[in-house]
Amino acid sequence: MENRQKEIDKLKDYKYGFSTDIENTKAPKGLNEEVIKFISNIKKEPQWMLEFRLKAYERFKQLKEPDWQKPKYPKIDYQDLYYYSAPKSMDGKPKSLDELDPKLLETYKKLGIPLQEQARLNGIAVDAVFDSVSVATTFREELIKQGIIFCPISEAIQKHPDLVKKYLGSVIPLSDHFFATLNSAVFTDGSFVYIPEGVRCPMELSTYFRINASNTGQFERTLIIADKGSYVSYLEGCTAPMRDENQLHAANVELVALDDAEIKYSTVQNWYPGDKDGKGGIYNFVTKRGLCKGKNSKISWTQVETGSAITWKYPSCILKGDNSVGEFYSIAITNNHQKADTGTKMIHLGKNTKSKIISKGISAGFSDMTYRGLVDISSKASNSNNYTQCDSLLMGNKCGAHTVPYIKNKNSESNIAHEATTSKISEEQLHYCQQRGLSAEEAVGLIVNGFCKEVLQQLPMEFAVEAQKLVGISLEGSVG
Amino acid sequence: MKEQLQKDFDNTVKNLNLSHKDIEIKKFSLDNFLNKGFPNRKEEDWKFSDLNQIIKKNIGQLSFYNDYTYTNKVDTSEFVDGLEHNKIVFINGRIEKIDFDYEKKEQIEIIDQSETINKFDNNNSLSDLNNALTNKSFKIVIKKGYQLVKPLIIYHTSNSKIWSKNINLRLDFELEEDSSLRLIDLFNDTSEKNFFNIFYDFNLKENAILKNYKVDKQENKNIKYSFNNIEQNKNTISETFILSSGSNFFKSEINCNLKGEHSSAFVNGIFSLDNNKHHEIRTIVNHLTENTKSYQLIKSVLEDSSKAAYQGKIFVNSDAQKTDGYQLSKAILLNKDSEFNAKPELEIYADDVKCSHGSASGSLNEDSIFYLMSRGLNYNQARELLINGFLLDVVEKITDSEIRNLIKNMIGIKE
Repeated sequence: MENRQKEIDKLKDYKYGFSTDIENTKAPKGLNEEVIKFISNIKKEPQWMLEFRLKAYERFKQLKEPDWQKPKYPKIDYQDLYYYSAPKSMDGKPKSLDELDPKLLETYKKLGIPLQEQARLNGIAVDAVFDSVSVATTFREELIKQGIIFCPISEAIQKHPDLVKKYLGSVIPLSDHFFATLNSAVFTDGSFVYIPEGVRCPMELSTYFRINASNTGQFERTLIIADKGSYVSYLEGCTAPMRDENQLHAANVELVALDDAEIKYSTVQNWYPGDKDGKGGIYNFVTKRGLCKGKNSKISWTQVETGSAITWKYPSCILKGDNSVGEFYSIAITNNHQKADTGTKMIHLGKNTKSKIISKGISAGFSDMTYRGLVDISSKASNSNNYTQCDSLLMGNKCGAHTVPYIKNKNSESNIAHEATTSKISEEQLHYCQQRGLSAEEAVGLIVNGFCKEVLQQLPMEFAVEAQKLVGISLEGSVG
Repeated sequence: MKEQLQKDFDNTVKNLNLSHKDIEIKKFSLDNFLNKGFPNRKEEDWKFSDLNQIIKKNIGQLSFYNDYTYTNKVDTSEFVDGLEHNKIVFINGRIEKIDFDYEKKEQIEIIDQSETINKFDNNNSLSDLNNALTNKSFKIVIKKGYQLVKPLIIYHTSNSKIWSKNINLRLDFELEEDSSLRLIDLFNDTSEKNFFNIFYDFNLKENAILKNYKVDKQENKNIKYSFNNIEQNKNTISETFILSSGSNFFKSEINCNLKGEHSSAFVNGIFSLDNNKHHEIRTIVNHLTENTKSYQLIKSVLEDSSKAAYQGKIFVNSDAQKTDGYQLSKAILLNKDSEFNAKPELEIYADDVKCSHGSASGSLNEDSIFYLMSRGLNYNQARELLINGFLLDVVEKITDSEIRNLIKNMIGIKE
């Protein structure tokens, strides 16, 4: 009974912290060619895919783990991880949702992600990724009618090899950096989206990532291609059970926007952040990069980062096509012992390119947050513009907030403007709210939501509500 | 380079009258430098300016031995006219003259530190080079309560008689309680392709005021690095102004440690560059205690294929509540080949602070030019007026009116 109470208390802090007891198929522990062949084999991949992986692995062996980031972490033993873990019931690949392991369905129900299509009214197509494999993708038929491909990437490798071959690794090359290369070698599943020419995707596409097994690294790979004149809005959500050890999550996300296409990518990241003393939690070392390949294309990143023990990522835009637009909206909240080093890169290559960066950081407790960003306007990117605004809010004097922008302007016809502020919640604002009957905690919540509003507005409706709640929950206990 | 450096070092040390222990310290510094070499772009602080490459490209092989036994003639025509001032004259790295004629002698103490090594601690390899090779270093102490009547101008002159390719300078200043010093560093180079490595250390006791103006205006082909360390106790004020313009390469670093309450630091700078010049200013302001203030303003005007970089960091310790830190950098790029890089950085561990920074770069505002031309100016006049106004903003921040006018005249800004 006592134990149960403890469990409940624990879960109050992080309601997604339960784990599902499910039988797993795992690759042997460790990282070597055999494991990569095992993954490739179990996914029944064609030869070219295996070669892609092995090439990445060769490269990986020569790369050194970077150490310039602000949050330091104990050395990861890459041989002590499982690189593949899948629910056993997925071995024979269920044909429809009815055949899906009820335990899995239950897990997603608990997470608030019902997979049964009939139960869904809000019209979001979901691809659910459980540990290393995609377990269900909803609304596929409907999407296929419009020519939209939305499926697990392992399936796309078999069914649409031409598209995958053409674009996989075209934005994040094999030898990019340590974690991205590791991902290229061992990625297990993820989502694949292709929007054909001129199609406006009728619903939000969404992936829900769940790490369940312990000692497992999650390496998923997402590839989104928006063909000429198309539009897609894509959502990503993530949670993980509470465990005392740190778990590694090193995903790669590649976006390609061709002429006149637009991709909107939103993330609500709520991986397990570790307990109050900083024990456990996910290391979220993700590489996200979008390529505005065609003219007049647009890529917009929105992220709400509340989870993970360490968040270390820079969703970036390469503005290659003339007149292309890159946007980055971010809220990062760290509490207790969480650490974040996040920001964006805007690389202007084409003429008349525009980018906008709005970053809001909130740190509380003993946490540490860094905005790190690069704006680089090359000498060919005439008439380009960038506007950057980073604001940080500090709660207490045990936490830190840092801003490290790199600004490079090599073009005299282009303008860059950057501003940043760091402050705390003003006493006057608090006083005003409390005078009107709000408690201190409510007042802080209100002010913080106002502080984040510019970013929250960018999120699709359903997400915005959830994110707003999340902002409140993440800061609980940090006032007073 | 290593053999040359070792040989030149041995010759330098031979001529100095040093104790065994001091020679060991110098050797230790030399070994440190030999291990690290010149800073390159792999080091975060040198990301925008790869000194190793710049020296290789502009100078080639360096030599380090300086024979200071014979004197250089002081050319009085170089002295600044119309402003009475005290002087320290460096010619080719040798101190030729220290002259505080306008001041009360007993209020200023000049300590020759040549026989005791006072190591400059800094994690960059240039401080090691400086520690190993400086052969004469002075400490100037301004006594309690004394405020210098006239400013001090330090002339950094070099000419064709220069002995070696590398000159290392070192000066220490101590401003005792309630004292004040106005200091201008003036660079007059006619030598070519030399590397100057200059370290200043300032210690400001309670209520002291330091105003330091660095003027690198005269065209020259030299490479310079200057590092100012400023320690600030209670109620002290430091004001630094940098005009970065004449040299081929110039990196100025300012490190302020605000250790006492109600101390404040001001750093203002102008880059006015053309040709292939490449200049950088790096500032670090450490707010270490409550109620301290810092303000920084850097403006650049870049022509041809010139390149400017600004790295500014505001660090706020967790004890440093009520900090007020501000930083702004603006750049006008006049040519398609010019380049401006900035890294304005905030590192903050206290919550009750007001810190902000801004950075903007771009071209001249076409609307403003149109406006001025519609009122009868030609394009060049309009452009000049706008640039002057842009830079005047920084010059106006100079609090000393005499020196402000001097610098305005030097730049040729008319009001």
